[in-house]
Amino acid sequence: MPYPERCAVFVDHVAPASNVASAEGQIKARSFAREQGIAAFYESGCGVCHQLMVQEHLVEPGMVAIGSDSHSTTYGAIAAFGTGMGSTDVALAFATGRTWLRVPETVRVDLVGRLRERVDAKDVALHLLGRIKADGFTYRAVEFHNAEQFSLASRMTLSSMTTEMGAKAGIVAPDEVTRAYAPMPDWLDAPDSAAATYDSRIAVDLDKVEPLVARPPRVDDVVPARMLGDVHVDQVFLGTCTNGRLQDLRAVADILRGRRIAETVRMVVVPASRRVLQDALADGTLAILLNAGATIGPPGCGPCIGRHMGVLGAGEVCLSTSNRNFAGRMGSPKARIYLGSPCTAAATALRGAITDPRDV
Amino acid sequence: MPRAWLFGQDIDTDQIIPGRYSPYMTSEEELSNFAFIEHRPEFAASVRPGDVIVAGRNFGCGSSREYAPRALQKCGIAAIIAPSFARIFFRNAVNLGMALFEADLTARIRDGDEVALDLPGSKLVVAATTYALPQLPEFVQQIQREGGIVAFYRRYGRFPGEVHV
Repeated sequence: MPYPERCAVFVDHVAPASNVASAEGQIKARSFAREQGIAAFYESGCGVCHQLMVQEHLVEPGMVAIGSDSHSTTYGAIAAFGTGMGSTDVALAFATGRTWLRVPETVRVDLVGRLRERVDAKDVALHLLGRIKADGFTYRAVEFHNAEQFSLASRMTLSSMTTEMGAKAGIVAPDEVTRAYAPMPDWLDAPDSAAATYDSRIAVDLDKVEPLVARPPRVDDVVPARMLGDVHVDQVFLGTCTNGRLQDLRAVADILRGRRIAETVRMVVVPASRRVLQDALADGTLAILLNAGATIGPPGCGPCIGRHMGVLGAGEVCLSTSNRNFAGRMGSPKARIYLGSPCTAAATALRGAITDPRDV
Repeated sequence: MPRAWLFGQDIDTDQIIPGRYSPYMTSEEELSNFAFIEHRPEFAASVRPGDVIVAGRNFGCGSSREYAPRALQKCGIAAIIAPSFARIFFRNAVNLGMALFEADLTARIRDGDEVALDLPGSKLVVAATTYALPQLPEFVQQIQREGGIVAFYRRYGRFPGEVHV
């Protein structure tokens, strides 16, 4: 391997292992990292790869980063070009230090106005999905502008969700938030914006975005939570690379403080990383969630991919803060997954039915 | 005679093969048994080598799992024809040396139609009609001709089109 110092290996998808086959896959990953001298090896329990890439500063503004997981677009949150590839692509990059890329056309998304209370970046992403659909940004690099009011955590949600729009990258134009994360190369810190050419432009009026949900089995079948009618849920899942950060856990704790979730609901909370878990423990967030009746899982991907810790049975309904609601994604193909924000997840857990967080 | 399997638009990788059937949850050998296991349960048992998939736009959206195109390859699918592919699925299939064509034949071909695929001639013959299939860029064809990106790299020690090594 020419550049082991530029490589990282994570055990996050079924971590800790749920069966013999996954345990043996993880043995291979561990021994591979050791043999190749990859120091950046993150054992199960450390967290989701995308969270760790940013949290541990494995990726910096201006870098090109590829990952063998589709949500590698997350690194756009810190103005890196992050994109997902398959395992052969990543293996070849490991082996050669190089890859092939077709330079994508860019779509500019202008964020206008201010988000209202209990509306967040996930709702913005769902709003975009509803408008442009699941292939609306296929092969495009998405560039978000005027994102000053969005925290790093919110930017990671936005960038992560561009994958569901077909995008190759979802980059938030760098600003003070980016600078606070890490110093930027000059070309990135003072870009020549006059030289930028855009394939298309779209504006999002943030004041008009409401708490939204995506109905199963399509990420782009998006409706306001209030318009949904009575949808009983069996499980609420808070977590993933899209919405498992401290900010997300705190937003839920703010709504659940001193209250208990509905008796008919199981609430599974999986922090995106060990540090998120530790921070949530230190500031009392975790106690609020536990007192409300939530179950806390070890940091990682959790039940998002339906392999463990909250798999759904036939006929069950889940409100998830994850990024995909495809049939069979979290277990039985007869289970139904609705996607929503952390606040919508909290309100839904309280009521036992999908609920607009402004109504609790 | 090979047949066409007709699919709609936005066929996601969880429909092609659910994550619960990944090689790390089962085994590489069993992969072909799980293609479309929930979306179209009869597929894996009745697909024959040489069959083609004709689908709507955004085929293969969703995860980066390479075992999605790999499962279809192991089933013997000779080509996938769709007006557009999700980008990671597209790369993965090309890297594995699979034949892809960007064309919309969903309104012209019925599920189960007998088809004759002429790969070198880039044509699909269905009954008395011949459909010309648009060729992908030369760069991609070079990878496909070698049987995939690993075979290409092993042979040439570089990526297609790469000048400096």
